[in-house]
Amino acid sequence: MLGKRINHSLHQKQNIVVCFSGPTLEKVLKIISRYPEGKQKSAIIPVLHIAQEEFGGYLNVDTMDYVAGLLGIEPIEVYEVATFYSQYYLDPVGKYVIETCRTGPCAICGGEAIQSYLEKKLGIKTGESTPDGLFTLKTVECLGACGYAPVMQINTEFYEFLTPQKIDKIINTLTKKSEEEKAENSKWTEKFF
Amino acid sequence: MLKVTIDNQTIEVEEGTTILQAARLIGGAIVPPAMCYYSKLKDSGGKCRTCLVKVAQGSSRDPRPMPKLVASCRTPVMDGMVVQNITSPEVIETRKAIVEFLLINHPLDCPVCDQAGECDLQNLSYQNGNEETRFEEAKRTFDVIDIGDNVQLHMNRCILCYRCVYTANQLTDKRVHGILYRGDVSEISTYIQTDISNDFSGNIIDVCPVGALTDKTFRFKNRVWFLKPMNASRSCTKCSGKVTAWMRGNEIYRVTGRKDQYGEVEEFICNECRFEKKAVSDWTIESPRNIKRASVISQNHYTRLKNPSVILPLEEKMGKSPYGETKSINDKQS
Amino acid sequence: MDRKILLENIDIPGIQSFETFRSCGGYLAVEKALKTMAPDEITEEVKKSGLKGRGGAGFPAGMKWSFIDKKVDKPRYLICNADESEPGTFKDRYLMEKIPHLLIEGMICACYALGANTGYIYVRGEYKYIIGILNKAVREAYEAGFLGENILGTKFKLDIVVHSGAGAYICGEETALIESLEGKRGNPRIKPPFPALVGLYGSPTVVNNVETLANIGYIVNNGGEKYTQIGLGRSTGTKLISACGNINKPGVYEIELGVSVRDFIYSDQYCGGIKNNKELKAVIAGGSSVPILPKDLILKTASGEDRLMTYESLSDGGFVSGTMLGSGGFIVYDEDACIVRNTWNLTRFYHHESCGQCSPCREGTGWMENVLHRLENGEGRSKDIDLLVSIAAKIEGKTICPLGDASAWPVASAIRHFRHEFEFHVQHPEIVKNVNHGSLAKYVG
Repeated sequence: MLGKRINHSLHQKQNIVVCFSGPTLEKVLKIISRYPEGKQKSAIIPVLHIAQEEFGGYLNVDTMDYVAGLLGIEPIEVYEVATFYSQYYLDPVGKYVIETCRTGPCAICGGEAIQSYLEKKLGIKTGESTPDGLFTLKTVECLGACGYAPVMQINTEFYEFLTPQKIDKIINTLTKKSEEEKAENSKWTEKFF
Repeated sequence: MLKVTIDNQTIEVEEGTTILQAARLIGGAIVPPAMCYYSKLKDSGGKCRTCLVKVAQGSSRDPRPMPKLVASCRTPVMDGMVVQNITSPEVIETRKAIVEFLLINHPLDCPVCDQAGECDLQNLSYQNGNEETRFEEAKRTFDVIDIGDNVQLHMNRCILCYRCVYTANQLTDKRVHGILYRGDVSEISTYIQTDISNDFSGNIIDVCPVGALTDKTFRFKNRVWFLKPMNASRSCTKCSGKVTAWMRGNEIYRVTGRKDQYGEVEEFICNECRFEKKAVSDWTIESPRNIKRASVISQNHYTRLKNPSVILPLEEKMGKSPYGETKSINDKQS
Repeated sequence: MDRKILLENIDIPGIQSFETFRSCGGYLAVEKALKTMAPDEITEEVKKSGLKGRGGAGFPAGMKWSFIDKKVDKPRYLICNADESEPGTFKDRYLMEKIPHLLIEGMICACYALGANTGYIYVRGEYKYIIGILNKAVREAYEAGFLGENILGTKFKLDIVVHSGAGAYICGEETALIESLEGKRGNPRIKPPFPALVGLYGSPTVVNNVETLANIGYIVNNGGEKYTQIGLGRSTGTKLISACGNINKPGVYEIELGVSVRDFIYSDQYCGGIKNNKELKAVIAGGSSVPILPKDLILKTASGEDRLMTYESLSDGGFVSGTMLGSGGFIVYDEDACIVRNTWNLTRFYHHESCGQCSPCREGTGWMENVLHRLENGEGRSKDIDLLVSIAAKIEGKTICPLGDASAWPVASAIRHFRHEFEFHVQHPEIVKNVNHGSLAKYVG
């Protein structure tokens, strides 16, 4: 944060084939069709949410180029958007991205202690992932759940009134659940219908 | 026609004219500086906030003053509007503040910057800046990225005016660079390794108000004030072929568009003219460019001053030269 | 003073569903509007109601609607701003989660009034589950014939699209929201032109907050006149207040405007007093960007009157001794709160959320964060305090959008009212280095 060197190195295209599955593509096209003719670019945020979820939890160049193709826009227009919004990850992340709210109201209700506890529990620092690729620990600014502080989100699912005991429970459940597929009904594709 | 008064000078302008355009029609010291606005680029302006002015009277129909300072480059004139620019201490104070903001993370590496001598930020700081800085932290720096053989990108110097993005959007078919990330870590980038190169991509150098985008074929070759800007032309299939050739002796060091008194190119030129035609034989050299007396580029190029003992730099900066008409060496030669 | 408009039926089981909502009188406003009222009549009623925008700026909603350009031959749009991101504010989430049809009912009436055939709900991306709830509600409304072609047999046609953000506070600013909805970076537009003339896709557009729109059903049903009888003076109606911080009962409360601040903090009906029997130290009354007020000034105005939860009473005294109702994000700090640390925290938020488009905000927010960071960590010098005041003043009012002001006000007000704490940080670096958030009260008089 202080005296900062900004390291936004250029990304590489890996030339991997990226393509939504049939049913997902159908949903994506339906979402795109909700916007007026010629304004398909409007669908970029919802489509990127789905793409991130479908293609490894982050947005690589190939994924973004694919989305650009779907929307009929230049790839740079997708890069501009993807780098602007904080919910998009540009580098690989763990299966579960844990983001603790660190803004004012959560901070005065113990949010900072929760973050320290998570670091200790997972044995990693904020910004890092566990070696097994299961968890990535991040912080986030206000989640709009200040009355339920402290709060964190894990892949955009909220966890509220956090205590160390609660965290233990959540992490244990997720560690077990990691073998299974994520519950179908928490997916972005479902939320838009 | 709408009547507008700027710093006590009144002019009639057409509907849709902005305060800044009206000020340029009046001319002189009352013209607000512009770091991001570029009249030839649609949607430009409003971002740098250096052109903020005070609207003391909104219009004759609604004479209330506007509650905040407004960006003169994007605020249309209303009939009966009264504007204060250099007559408002608040505006002057604000401009100082903006310069301070623009400079806190600027590397101030003018001694090694090719833009030095023709840099809008340098001029702006000279006119409106403080002598000392209150910023003690380490400055923000970006990793260097390569955007091709023609243009050098120095992100550390960028003030995020967006002009180069509008240029790419409005002049070329396919834009490959843009503003990425957000806040004070946003940057001009291509995101992936790629060259910014198409027939008109070199114009991003001319529109850049600072040294963030410079000509690689001219890099470290010379200081601009050692060069003589000459009007030159050739017949070109892609552009008008009307350029400024920057010469020293009989050599062309650099080719740029022809810039007017506000630093804007008269016509955008193609990359072939800019980067590939560096031989004198490529061009018809026409006449010397008119350079502002205050500019360092005019140094050593002009003679026959009528009254060299009078030094009135302030008045000169206000646009009124005490020396009378100036003539260039080259005039005499031609 | 506890009449309710929005949360009246919130405890009825199943109120989330169309059927229950309808059986409790839901969508009657749509019937009344479409069958018995002309569009401009609705706008008139909303004007009459005095309903102020509930997103934070408090601009009269009816007035905003009347600015819309109905002469140009372009589609018109209504956008519901559900990008709730102001720290301390979580009322819209509550409303959308518990009673989503109230919003949709209000939107239909509003769209009819504006002549809009498409409405968008822009929900912040973190509220993923709310997006699911809203889409379900929208689907139910389509199935019941309240959305789609020929609504209730009239010629009126309306589509509502639920759109998602992706993590950017700035998209709560209406023109940034429009840019974002167009699929671009959330850079606020330079105004004029205002969205009422040139908005989404270049068309006339109205952007209203969730809570504002949720009030429309009541106004249509009961008339604007009736609405003005609720509340106090020019602060008509009710307001959702999301209370958080060091209080016993954080949560969302619908208050009739005019409740006293003291009652709101201490009565069991609302916040239930300060947690752990501590003392109240300060309150940010309307979302993190409004000025923070110390205990004595939040409970009573400078002239000694009881401070009330109304737009006018909270702003009594201007920024010298007052604040704003803002978005209704009510953050309460107890005696242990460290104002310097809190100010640094909020400034870091604004720094993180600045879009970076205009220079004062892009450069100034980070600079303020740096200075506050060193003060909080015992590395500050006394001139830093005045430096902060100066930077804040140079951002305020100079930026494209209100984020600049929002970043400057917390800093300016914290120093205005708690200068002694900043000075303490300068004078006792060894203490502030070692003692973390809170418990500084022991040292600061």
